[in-house]
Amino acid sequence: MGVAYFDVDGTLVGTNLLHPTWWFLSNQQSPLASARRVGRAFLRGPSMAMAEVKDRRLFNEMLYAQYKGMSQDRLATLAEEVFEEVVIPRMYAGSVDLVRKCKDAGQDVVFVTGSLDITMAPLARHLGADRVIANRLEMKHGVATGKLKRPVVAGPTKARLMSDDAREHGHDLAEAFAYSDSYSDVPMLSIVGHPYCVHPDRKLARLARAYSWPILDLRA
Amino acid sequence: MAHPCVVTLDHTSRPRVLFSGDQLVEVDLPAGTRVVYPKPPMAGLRDPDAAIRYAVNHPLGAEPLYSKLRPGMSVTVAIDDLSMPLPQMRKPDVRQRMCEVLLDLFDDHGVTDIHWIIATAFHRPMTEAEVKRMVGDRVHGRFWPEKLYNHDAEKPGGLVLLGETASGMPVELNRRAAESDLLIYVNLTFVPMNGGHKSVGTGLAGYRTLKAHHNPNTIRATKSYMQPETSTLSKKMEEIGKFIDDKLDVFHIESTLNNRMFDSTLEFLGKNEDELTGTERAAMKALVKTLEWTPQPLRQAIFEKVPAPYEVTGVWAGECEEVHEQALKKVTQQLVVPIEGQADIAVFPVPYISPYNVGAYLNPLLLSVQIEGYLFNLHRGMPVVKKGGTVIALHPASDKFDRDQHAPYVEFFHELLPQTRDAMELHKKHEKRFSQNAGYIQMYRTGKGYHPVHPFYMWYWGENGRQHIGRVIIVGADNEYVPKVLGYETAKTMDEALRMARETAPEDPSITCMHMCPLVMAEVTPEPDSAEAK
Repeated sequence: MGVAYFDVDGTLVGTNLLHPTWWFLSNQQSPLASARRVGRAFLRGPSMAMAEVKDRRLFNEMLYAQYKGMSQDRLATLAEEVFEEVVIPRMYAGSVDLVRKCKDAGQDVVFVTGSLDITMAPLARHLGADRVIANRLEMKHGVATGKLKRPVVAGPTKARLMSDDAREHGHDLAEAFAYSDSYSDVPMLSIVGHPYCVHPDRKLARLARAYSWPILDLRA
Repeated sequence: MAHPCVVTLDHTSRPRVLFSGDQLVEVDLPAGTRVVYPKPPMAGLRDPDAAIRYAVNHPLGAEPLYSKLRPGMSVTVAIDDLSMPLPQMRKPDVRQRMCEVLLDLFDDHGVTDIHWIIATAFHRPMTEAEVKRMVGDRVHGRFWPEKLYNHDAEKPGGLVLLGETASGMPVELNRRAAESDLLIYVNLTFVPMNGGHKSVGTGLAGYRTLKAHHNPNTIRATKSYMQPETSTLSKKMEEIGKFIDDKLDVFHIESTLNNRMFDSTLEFLGKNEDELTGTERAAMKALVKTLEWTPQPLRQAIFEKVPAPYEVTGVWAGECEEVHEQALKKVTQQLVVPIEGQADIAVFPVPYISPYNVGAYLNPLLLSVQIEGYLFNLHRGMPVVKKGGTVIALHPASDKFDRDQHAPYVEFFHELLPQTRDAMELHKKHEKRFSQNAGYIQMYRTGKGYHPVHPFYMWYWGENGRQHIGRVIIVGADNEYVPKVLGYETAKTMDEALRMARETAPEDPSITCMHMCPLVMAEVTPEPDSAEAK
């Protein structure tokens, strides 16, 4: 029994937040509309890069502002395509087995990700995750406003949301597992009894060595 | 009269030079101390390849291998992993020789459906470079990685349940091996607990089978791992092995090595310090000093990079028990030194190597395995130390782990052992939780890690020693914490350790020092006038 929290992008799947966004932006109603959205996103690239360095939450907000004006129906349809075309081909070889071993051990599997809930839903179904804690787009009259609903899932907020989730479902965080690839997820790794770094970035790898956090490779 | 390898020290004896991890230390032992040295290396076979070919063509208790081969059949060759010999042997490894003889036979008889599986059980997977070094370029080049790979006891669908033995032990085996028309086991028997029925039934098994005998009860009931006829562990493995041999067509090949661990330039390490020539004595002094000044990682690298010039002393093939009997005879002939009577105090130098830290530091848990598992069990007859006696072990006992190979060990040592050292409690309360740890399992399957229950097995491994030995005193520990967690005492010097040991020993205690490495094993018989002898 217990619970296992997984970051998704870079941990279970070799994607980042840009991959699905690129798919959404470049698959609009017409080539012109797609070009317009891609061009606009491209112009904001430098400021988003700076935000990524400074604050992951700010980066998420700037990224998802690109979704403004997309209809809920279109997003739902494209989300399935994103799963087939973007996510599945980039899924790491060991992801399915790792999640299955957690399920076999009787653990709840929860995805905690800065990605959008609509793109996570098909993956959660595919891997058998019990719950998804993800970012949600604000909708008005069936159209995305370009804002994220609160709380924005990133950095330290992930840890707080996991803590709420564990309390709600009667899990002890000291017995919980967490898996992530990124230094920005140190908070979510720090609050569980069993943190695992999955092909970590350099800063996280250094921290993992210092704290004896096990390092996994799901690419093999 | 004492065996020539048993030396009793007197007041004129020089200090002994003993391993303490990857250092050598000079130790003054009191007059009257009995020092047991390894036997000189036996002569190796002049043509090992011819011996292998002869063995498979003239097997014991079985038809020659060629008569079993036919085109279109499926063959699986299981190979012992790199946990033996220690350190690794010079190229070509004897397993390469055996694999290449087999490959020629397969090619000659049109056998093409061949898989080669490294029988790792719950050991860490061997890396590609290690496999290549062990089996050679020919086999590696043709079969890696699709048809030459490590056994994976956690692979979904990778195991098959053959059934249960008469006493109810489930036998779950590697599917490919179990479903092949012929299974060949290529074995390297380095110590008496290797080889025989242990090979297939452990090396290719899954958790359900392993836990039937890798548990505290079995280990407690085992007098010595190195004496199969008195080992409950061996008996259980034998039951499983016979069950497998009844179900599958298994052809065993066992090889043995001598104990030539060091090249001629370092051969003095296994000699009586009083009999060293002037040159050897100077070389010994220089080596001791050099190791003292060399940083630890470099010392480890040097020792690991220098392969041992072991020579093949025998190869037998055919039916498991007949083959193993011959291998055991040869290994015993090389390793066993007879001694009379047990000691009140035993001195165990603990070297830098063990079967479970190839390419890694000998961590604290493995230190306990060395002392209470391997060194204690390197006996036939009676243990070297009396029941309730004291073991003085030399090792720095550093709080140091290889995070990739031994990640579950870190949690076991730092989280569980401070709570309890009771093997049964650890087994009942915590083993299952570790066995289901998905992250550690992943490290075992695709990384460099030992299986998550391996640290438990390591703790159980010392269980019969722990039940027998009264006190363990570590000389040369660089910290107090590790020995305390393991339940050991510490002493700064050998003199202090001996003084402490004498406090709980009879007056004028008998002291025996096992002078490792190279490997030596004692056959302990009661003293002629003792109660045991009568």
